[in-house]
Amino acid sequence: MKVLFAVVWKDMIMELRSREMLSAMLVFALLVVLIFNFAFELDATTRANTASGVLWVTFAFAGTLGLNRSMAMEKDYACLDGLLMAPVDRSAIFFGKVLGNFIFMVIVELIVLPIFSVLYGINLFHQGFIFVVLLGSLGYIIVGSLLSSMTVQTRTRDILLPILLFPVAIPIFIAAVRASRAFLVGTEMVEVMPYLNLLIVYDIVFFAVAYMVFDFIVQE
Amino acid sequence: MIEIRRLVKRFGYKRVLRELDFYAEQGEFVAVLGPNGAGKTTLLRILSTLSRPESGEVKISGYRLPSQSTSVRKLLGVVSHQPLLYGDLSAIENLKFFGRMYAIENIQNRIEEVLSVVGLEQRATDLVRTYSRGMQQRLAIGRAILHDPIVLLLDEPHTGLDQDASEMLDQVLIDVASQGRTLVMTSHDLARSARLAWRFDILARGKIVASTTRAELEPDQLLQFYRQTLEVG
Amino acid sequence: MVPKPQLLRILDFVTVVLLLIATGLVFFYAPIEAIMGNVQKVFYFHVASAWVGMLSFMVAAVVGILYLAREERKWDTIGLSSVEIGLIFSIIAVVSGSIWARPIWNTWWTWDPRLTTTTIMIFVYAAYFMLRSGIDDPDKMARFTAVYAIIGFVSVPLTFFSARLYRTIHPVIIGSNQPGATSSFEMTVSMQFVFFFSLITFTFIYLDLLWHRVRLGILQEKIIQLKMKLYD
Repeated sequence: MKVLFAVVWKDMIMELRSREMLSAMLVFALLVVLIFNFAFELDATTRANTASGVLWVTFAFAGTLGLNRSMAMEKDYACLDGLLMAPVDRSAIFFGKVLGNFIFMVIVELIVLPIFSVLYGINLFHQGFIFVVLLGSLGYIIVGSLLSSMTVQTRTRDILLPILLFPVAIPIFIAAVRASRAFLVGTEMVEVMPYLNLLIVYDIVFFAVAYMVFDFIVQE
Repeated sequence: MIEIRRLVKRFGYKRVLRELDFYAEQGEFVAVLGPNGAGKTTLLRILSTLSRPESGEVKISGYRLPSQSTSVRKLLGVVSHQPLLYGDLSAIENLKFFGRMYAIENIQNRIEEVLSVVGLEQRATDLVRTYSRGMQQRLAIGRAILHDPIVLLLDEPHTGLDQDASEMLDQVLIDVASQGRTLVMTSHDLARSARLAWRFDILARGKIVASTTRAELEPDQLLQFYRQTLEVG
Repeated sequence: MVPKPQLLRILDFVTVVLLLIATGLVFFYAPIEAIMGNVQKVFYFHVASAWVGMLSFMVAAVVGILYLAREERKWDTIGLSSVEIGLIFSIIAVVSGSIWARPIWNTWWTWDPRLTTTTIMIFVYAAYFMLRSGIDDPDKMARFTAVYAIIGFVSVPLTFFSARLYRTIHPVIIGSNQPGATSSFEMTVSMQFVFFFSLITFTFIYLDLLWHRVRLGILQEKIIQLKMKLYD
């Protein structure tokens, strides 16, 4: 457990010092939001309907940026070897990275959401909405971290991650977009529940898969 | 301390280590020499538990690899030719992080000790990416001995170091070796190895083909021994 | 040259026979569906192809687990072969689904959950190949693709459910006639017979192709090993 937090702490401090990853993710996310704004001429109702979709596309792409950077950092200075040689449970290392990646993604989301609200003229600060964003991001990061630990070792690392990740993350996109949209337009809870359940199931299932499979990715 | 019998390791379809035998007693300082591609780095990666043996027996301090790898890791310190350090953290922060990984007690004291052994107290709070390569290697050794390992594995540690830095590194190695640890060092640098190590094993084409010690030859005869061995094979 | 095993010869023969019979059944025995007409017959091959796609995927995942547990190359070869075949049949399924949809619902595409899931499966399969080509070390490649096959397979039911939710709660009306649930026609007994027969036939086709492909893969491995021995 301590190891997990040590890994997270280390990633936090490093990012604080260089701020490379966060700024890249942030700038990229805001650019995407801007482009969407100009790409679609939307009236007020359509905006409410499409906001969650636009947001999730933004998060998906910004997320892959962060994931790539996070793993590349470990690989390029062979720091991962240093971690693997330590007498610690390897899943602690993995979930430390997952937690770190998750925190970074949430930070970016927390900054993008208010800006998005202002640009699109929609109030996004609904409890349920935020909850869906967190749930979806968690599942996305778990699978994304797993896949990026593989893609970072390939030649085509940057392009490969979205190609591998997006098809597998479709359930998240569908459920999260629908659920967050439902919260925005004020749909009945009973209609939203199935989507939330799906997200929760997804998160739990892939948490378990990641736990079982991570070791095989890093061993030689 | 280290026992290896008939170790085989393949990468893809190529056999890199072919039934290699290797032994090291406690307290020995062994230099493993050989041409590029002979398998030196592979051997060290297996000993550091990063790589798993394909077949054969590998034991360190009685523990078998890979089944008891986790137990062995506490006993090993590894210095690679890459520093394995985080550039955006300071020396102290790096050591603190690894201290947590190795569950070291009294971490603050230990860090100070280690920093003085490797001569980096002055720059302890500077970020590692501002360090020269020589300083990074010294810090890498500091990281490697932080948890007081009984075995130290070094993979061509002098790579990229200039004369001064190499000499400083040598001093650290000699100090560390004198504390009764077992050291296995791979190297290209025969002259340097001859001055540091006691025993010299020559690894060629996946096996240890020859072995000699300082008792049997003078340091400046090592080069000749090396050439002779490789010509025969 | 390793001769074809006797069992494989038999399988080849049986498969061809089954395919001929199945085709005959579909065209001559199965009744013409009342509303959709002859086009409906595409359905038999469409569903059977989708079934083979699913089956291949499942096999690839299981074989992936076996590879991770045992690290024997044959599991990797079987996995690769299965994914290759699965990709082709999934594409056939989607295309035939399109052919079926067009005359009936006046559209080339419906967001039917099963079709959607199969399409996404195609993307996962394609990604599988891209992953494979990005890694040089064969052991790493085998391990990574085994992991991805498992991840991909686990995501399929989740994708299916999310697509289904998407349709039931927010039904989308496309074209002039509402597609609804795609295969919403009653199957008579004779239709059911042809349906199951096609499923079995296609399963045989899958196994036959798989066996051939795996043999090819194993031979390729042997060649590489022999080449490596030369350089030893």
